[in-house]
Amino acid sequence: MNSPAPVTVSVRASTDVDRRLALAWAALASVEDPEIPALSIVDLGLIRCVTPRSDGGFDVGLSPTYVGCPATEVIRRSVEEALKNAGVGEFAVTQVLSPAWSSDWISEEGRRKLASYGIVPPDRSVSSMREVLRGGRPVACPRCHSIDTQCVSEFGSTPCKALHRCRACLEPFEYFKCI
Amino acid sequence: MSEDLFRYVLRLGDLSLVLGQRLGEWVGHCPALEEDLGLANIALDLIGQARLLLSYAGEVEGRGRGEDEMAFLREHGEYLNAILAEQPNGDFGQTIVRQVLIDAFQLELYQRMVTSTDERLAAIAAKSVKEIQYHLRYSSAWLVRLGDGTEESHARVQNSLQALWPYTVEFFAEDELDRAMAERGVAPRLAEVQAAWAARIDAILAEATLERPAHRPHSWHGKRGQHSEHLGYILAEMQHLQRAYPGARW
Repeated sequence: MNSPAPVTVSVRASTDVDRRLALAWAALASVEDPEIPALSIVDLGLIRCVTPRSDGGFDVGLSPTYVGCPATEVIRRSVEEALKNAGVGEFAVTQVLSPAWSSDWISEEGRRKLASYGIVPPDRSVSSMREVLRGGRPVACPRCHSIDTQCVSEFGSTPCKALHRCRACLEPFEYFKCI
Repeated sequence: MSEDLFRYVLRLGDLSLVLGQRLGEWVGHCPALEEDLGLANIALDLIGQARLLLSYAGEVEGRGRGEDEMAFLREHGEYLNAILAEQPNGDFGQTIVRQVLIDAFQLELYQRMVTSTDERLAAIAAKSVKEIQYHLRYSSAWLVRLGDGTEESHARVQNSLQALWPYTVEFFAEDELDRAMAERGVAPRLAEVQAAWAARIDAILAEATLERPAHRPHSWHGKRGQHSEHLGYILAEMQHLQRAYPGARW
């Protein structure tokens, strides 16, 4: 009679963990990037892990896009607030530096949202140093799709974006840098 | 042993912090808005690196000092950055020359530190190197434009190169601390970094039609806490608020 009891308990515990895990992910998916509100931090690939601990709490791993990005602090606070409000129980948010965040980790959904927000999504898998130092391939204009564009500034309104201009339709646009 | 690591991490962190603070002086004063954005963003990345490194230095030291105590409450002689970082901005060309020399150094150094036996430094290096690539892309593109530009711009950056070049000797002057770190696999051999740096700089200078100045022996010791007069002014501005209102927070 004693043997089934632990099984029942562990099943109940794991369903509870699963339930709270789902709550945690849903809460995280609602946290917007303060600089690009179209995107959630999950779309950006900033959440590295949500790991249940043996004491019933969660460890949440969060990566910065750029080490000096002022949004990093805001994002961390928003994550803590969202998890608290979702009632997921105990949790600790830690910064994960390694492996370093890459723009390749932006999800398909994230890339789509970036594009519809008017920001050209990053080129994929050109994070080789030679390519970066030489300067990238031409970036197509998000409005008229011409590739007759020029980079106006390597650095834009946030560390992650560069400023471009289309020579065909003459509109300026932003490009999410490949890193 | 941890005293060695502490001092070594400060060398890295202080280089980023002092250069970041210097670049910040350009905000609102650049020749064009795009350059204002560029230098401010590079400064921001450097301050970000400094925060990671100075926090780590505080942990290694184990006396409860955090990034803020490290940045705002250390004295002149406790700063261990190479002296080049604290040299004045001068004109835009001089800032660009200083930036190219330091970007290329950081790039070659951190690229080799991603395999450090110190996991924390390896992680910081891997993160930083991605950003530094963009710094060098920006600074070297400007150096080429100015060097291979008008007579005036060429003469100005060549003069700046002449003036700043001697300070680069300090990057590669290997002392006991550098040797100890290399032997433990924490840091790469400086001779190796120097060879790669020189090759990269030579290629950029050739494209910029600039002449590499002759090597002149110098003995700068910023890495050991002996600085030029310029650092004092930087610290006075950077530390004023925390010194006047201890513990003030945003």
